[in-house]
Amino acid sequence: MDCSLLRSLINRYCAGEENWVDSRTIYIGHREPPSGADVYIPQRYPDNRIVSSKYTFWNFVPKNMFEQFRRIANFYFLIIFLVQLIIDTPTSPVTSGLPLFFVITVTAVKQGYEDWLRHKADNALNQCPVHIIQHGKVVRKQSRKLQVGDIVLVKEDETFPCDLIFLSSSREDGTCFVTTASLDGESSHKTYYAVQDTKAFHTEQEVDMINATIECEQPQSDLYKFVGRINIHQDRDEPIARPLGSENLLLRGATLKNTEHIFAVVIYTGMETKMALNYQSKSQKRSAVEKSMNTYLIVYLCILISKAVINTVMKYVWQSDPNRDEPFYNHKTDSERQRNMILKVITDFLAFMVLFNYIIPVSMYVTVEMQKFLGSYFITWDDDMFDSELGEGALVNTSDLNEELGQIEYVFTDKTGTLTENNMEFIECCVDGHIYVPDAICNGQILTGTVGMDMIDCSPGAGGKEQEELFFRALCLCHTVQVKEEESVDGIKKGLHPCGKSSSVYISSSPDEVALVEGMKRLGFTYLRLKDNHMEILNRDDDIERFELMEVLSFDSVRRRMSVIVKSSTGEYYLFCKGADSSIFPRVIIGKVDQVRARVEHNAVEGLRTLCVAYKTLAQDEYESVCKQINTAKLALQDRDKKLAEAFDVIERDLILLGATAVEDRLQDKAADTIESLQKAGMKVWVLTGDKMETAAATCYACRLFHRNTQILELTTKRTEEQSLHDVLFDLSKTVLRHCGSLTRDTLSGLSHDVPDYGLIIDGATLSSVMKPTEEGSSGNYKEIFLEICRNCSAVLCCRMAPLQKAQIVKMIKTSKEHPITLAIGDGANDVSMILEAHVGIGIMGKEGRQAARNSDYAIPKFKHLKKMLLVHGHYYYIRISELVQYFFYKNVCFIFPQFLYQFFCGFSQQPLYDAAYLTLYNISFTSLPILLYSLIEQHVNMDILKRDPSLYRDIAKNSLLRWRIFIYWTFLGLFDAVVFFFGAYFLFDNTTFTSNGQLMTANTNMMFGNWTFGTLVFTVLVFTVTLKLALDTQYWTWINHFVIWGSLLFYVVFSLLWGGIIWYVTFLTWVILLAALMTASGSFIMWFCSSYQAILSLCSFSQKEEIVRQTTAFIKCYILK
Amino acid sequence: MASSYNAKEEDGQLSGAAGSGGVGAAKSKKPDNTAFKQQRLPAWQPILTAGTVLPAFFVIGLIFIPIGIGLLVTSNNIKEFESDVFMYYGLSNFYQNHRRYVKSRDDSQLNGDKSSLTNPSKECEPYRTSDSKPIAPCGAIANSLFNDTLTLYYINPNGTESVVPLIKKGIAWWTDKNVKFRNPGGSNSNLTAVFQGTSKPVNWRKPVYELDTDPENNGFINEDFIVWMRTAALPTFRKLYRLIEKKNNMIPTLQRGNYTLEITYNYPVRRFDGRKRMILSTISWMGGKNPFLGIAYITVGSVCFFLGVVLLIVHHKYGNRNNSAEIPN
Repeated sequence: MDCSLLRSLINRYCAGEENWVDSRTIYIGHREPPSGADVYIPQRYPDNRIVSSKYTFWNFVPKNMFEQFRRIANFYFLIIFLVQLIIDTPTSPVTSGLPLFFVITVTAVKQGYEDWLRHKADNALNQCPVHIIQHGKVVRKQSRKLQVGDIVLVKEDETFPCDLIFLSSSREDGTCFVTTASLDGESSHKTYYAVQDTKAFHTEQEVDMINATIECEQPQSDLYKFVGRINIHQDRDEPIARPLGSENLLLRGATLKNTEHIFAVVIYTGMETKMALNYQSKSQKRSAVEKSMNTYLIVYLCILISKAVINTVMKYVWQSDPNRDEPFYNHKTDSERQRNMILKVITDFLAFMVLFNYIIPVSMYVTVEMQKFLGSYFITWDDDMFDSELGEGALVNTSDLNEELGQIEYVFTDKTGTLTENNMEFIECCVDGHIYVPDAICNGQILTGTVGMDMIDCSPGAGGKEQEELFFRALCLCHTVQVKEEESVDGIKKGLHPCGKSSSVYISSSPDEVALVEGMKRLGFTYLRLKDNHMEILNRDDDIERFELMEVLSFDSVRRRMSVIVKSSTGEYYLFCKGADSSIFPRVIIGKVDQVRARVEHNAVEGLRTLCVAYKTLAQDEYESVCKQINTAKLALQDRDKKLAEAFDVIERDLILLGATAVEDRLQDKAADTIESLQKAGMKVWVLTGDKMETAAATCYACRLFHRNTQILELTTKRTEEQSLHDVLFDLSKTVLRHCGSLTRDTLSGLSHDVPDYGLIIDGATLSSVMKPTEEGSSGNYKEIFLEICRNCSAVLCCRMAPLQKAQIVKMIKTSKEHPITLAIGDGANDVSMILEAHVGIGIMGKEGRQAARNSDYAIPKFKHLKKMLLVHGHYYYIRISELVQYFFYKNVCFIFPQFLYQFFCGFSQQPLYDAAYLTLYNISFTSLPILLYSLIEQHVNMDILKRDPSLYRDIAKNSLLRWRIFIYWTFLGLFDAVVFFFGAYFLFDNTTFTSNGQLMTANTNMMFGNWTFGTLVFTVLVFTVTLKLALDTQYWTWINHFVIWGSLLFYVVFSLLWGGIIWYVTFLTWVILLAALMTASGSFIMWFCSSYQAILSLCSFSQKEEIVRQTTAFIKCYILK
Repeated sequence: MASSYNAKEEDGQLSGAAGSGGVGAAKSKKPDNTAFKQQRLPAWQPILTAGTVLPAFFVIGLIFIPIGIGLLVTSNNIKEFESDVFMYYGLSNFYQNHRRYVKSRDDSQLNGDKSSLTNPSKECEPYRTSDSKPIAPCGAIANSLFNDTLTLYYINPNGTESVVPLIKKGIAWWTDKNVKFRNPGGSNSNLTAVFQGTSKPVNWRKPVYELDTDPENNGFINEDFIVWMRTAALPTFRKLYRLIEKKNNMIPTLQRGNYTLEITYNYPVRRFDGRKRMILSTISWMGGKNPFLGIAYITVGSVCFFLGVVLLIVHHKYGNRNNSAEIPN
């Protein structure tokens, strides 16, 4: 081969690494830039093929096997199977191979089928035709052949084939509407903007003429972030650079709406599209039950190993007598005699392991998985959690955490949209101390008769009038609301009221803004539309005012404000700014700050959301410098956000205060009832909100998180300014602990009203100083003290929280020393971090989009559904799975322990007690269905009672049904039953104890007991007992339970008749049933006795209880002494 | 069974696939309002409270004690030696259940398979061949066939002995005799020719085709042999040896009186500290005479009854005061 070719090949393949850069350069239409531009760096991009499938035809078997055997359980069974294949073991490899093969095959078939579906979907997607522009003509091409730099034509209702930069649209203003329903579930129409300098190119030929390069970041998975820059070359001039943001980026998977067609250029293809990058599954969450299950497994593994060790040792002790080792009737072969001693010991040990390996059954994993998967359907099916307004019920995104819902100790909830409706209502505004209330409140109550508005204070003077109108204009202009002309908007983001005659509806991602614009409309200023970058306002005199929109300094949760810069028809530049009071007041230089502040505080206490409005006028040169600042920041490829924030900070200064607004956010239906129930159920409810303290506190009172007699402890910046944080913390902890010491356990259990309970309010700033690792020398760790205070407060309110702080709080509680189980519930993008952090994350399908619901483990339509979710479903799932786990261990102890005992009677020769078919089928078919059905439909307490009495939730708190005590009880019950089966059968057989025989016969048939029959008798009694035990534990007998329990017993009878040729003599059956009934009853005695004893005790008062306990112990002592 | 075994790994992928399919979220997903889906199936809910457990204890006690008494009485009332009598031989400390021993047989040979007759299974080692001829029947079990002969004599009042007729057919399990065990060569009654070229087990005195003169009880289908081949479960066991049939309704099968047992002692047991026994027994519908179940039932019933009484006292003394506060269930 030619050397140079080789070298160039090598260079090409190594180039990827050398030239790895943070950004990529794309030549629109593959047109190379005129000379003088940067050196052309060829980058290789993947083609536009989407591969969501995992396997190909060729690698399916090895890859799937590898994936499956990576699971520790499968691997264990594989090892057992291999041991059986290699050495001479008592049971045939089939007994463990068959179940394993079955599980592996079913899983493989299922995964294969799913993958086939994915292949099909991929193919359909990859082959669907797209229109691209080549040499000024529209060409059809398969989607997978798209390349970075191609110019694409997308028509209405088509889905974007890859990530595109929007060049031009059929609409005059260079916008297009897009729905991202399949990406994030938001079905509302979003507006995207074409690049300013290319939006004029409307035909194929024109578009093909564009000579520009795009520089943008390498693909990243955040759907809502994008930074890039477009350089447009015109006539050999210096290229014009324009910023590109997420408003220019059309994402693969989104659909074009209400726009005839658009032209766009491909920038990310195939697996590099944001949609594909979002395929990655979230990190695994494991439930507490799963953790304890694994612990138990380890215990059983130890039991298994110790059993094998005991038997191996016993075997060699027993064999030391040569007459036993090799009696005359049972000689060894020569090769057996000559085998190496160590090898023999190892072989024997492994053989015993194999013999007892059924104690950890394959089927448990299968059953648990199935229980979780099938059980989760009950959540989706639940009619009570269906919201007819939304048309959706609860969603289950992961079924692994069902039982964790019954274990929650801390609930972290967002306020806006979660506790409240996020359905904003404009209440009033305050301009320079004058208060305006629109005539009608949402539900149509007329407050005052005056037309348009009601002035509470005296009419303002002429200057006041001007201020007032400026204020109204400010609110009409300073927003990002869009106007939807048609009435038929699908989706949920409608404006509140299509008020009367007007057919236009306001749409915005922030309901506050809609409420404000609606409110302004009622006060006489109607925002009409944004046309050609001009905002049109209909003022009180029915005149249309036009303002040119120059810049939007968009809202973010750190700045907590937004601004617009507009140019009035008279040519003046205005900057209008609205935002939270805390972010506006420090920036104000002129205005009646005190009056407005007083009103804002008054409103906040009422639970209203307040915003302040300010403005400033800009001179032409000022405006130009502002423009420059913003543009440089926008063009930055790195740290764009930071630079923008800095620029905004400089611009939004020296404002003139106009006034404040108040918007009401009503509480969600039954929010108070839900919170109260959760608290009664022993959960600590924390509200984490970005709102200001007064508003949040008012909401907390309204939803009964705080009661009238709740003693509020404040840990806010205001207090830490007066005292040092250290002192405040110590003060608080002293107050809390003083009372706590006097509390007894019994009073804690109820929400008794005479004991003062504490509520803590903390704000974000203080929290971050608490969380900060303390410097050396300072005494004690603040975090610990803070946690101590929180532990003793019944409710905590954290206000002024940044999204990340929410997650930090959850993490802090999660990792505190009790390791409580946490739940986070929220509806917006700012709650995602805490939803991901908490043990269980619940998303509300709210108004702020679907991000929370998408990232959550469960999604519910309304906050009130949380009550049923936790108190009913969580409770049931926990009870069910814990019984499932315990019962599984129990039934396998029962199953295997007789086998262990039998070794003592067969010279430790690893002779199995049961027939191979029984060994294999015991867990697969004879005893599997009843417990699965039990774990799906058992209800030990009626659903309505669970809802009515939340304190029942405390019964299962702290993983109480999987404590060691209960685990040991079940294990010993299993051991006891096993001993009874074995020796019961033994005594029936043993003729030294009883004078009679163990032979059963009818008139014409004799039946001899061989070892096979002995095993079968033990096994039959075992199957009956284990099934009857479950029947005893079942407290909810539907026809399904009857069918499955009696059906599986009948199946066993029929099977053993056909397989083993057991002729079910009446005698044999009678014996079996008698024995099994005996065993079940005696095994349940202790439990029955305990439960009825407790039932009686629970009826008595405390003093009586003590008396009974004392008397009982005395009685028992007496009895023993006798 | 395992349809969801690996479901968790799929979640991310699945949602992605669904997303790329572009499924709209517009259609209503109202769940069906069926009793099953709403978890409101009509059900019987037994509730464990003092009120229900107390009677349960008494009822169980009252049921178990009579059953136990019934079982005990039936067991004790078995009039021995009045109906058909079974004669057993018993061995102790003989590990017929040792795995090496249990395996050491060739079922297809015993089922009359010609090729297995001349080439027995490897499992039969070291009792597979002798003098380079295949052993029929091969294996340790067959090799150690119990070969004592027991004869029972009744001593007449006048001092003479008369042999008690012992029936040697009908002692094996029907399926064994007719299905599992078959002579090679099918209907060929000349067993000597059929077993030509095979060797007798080393410990045997005569070859398998000379076990009995009756062709229906010779070769592999010899019932003594079949009984022995069904290995015992425990080291101390008994096996059915002969039947003594009742002839006359008036007189018991074995009359009261003296008997002599004559044993042809062939089988060595001293080497492994074993013992031999001979047992005569009669059985009823519930098996042989066996008080175990009866005692067990009476014990459990009594304990139940006793607990019921204790609970009743506790309940009576403390429980009545606030019955209104029934625990929720």
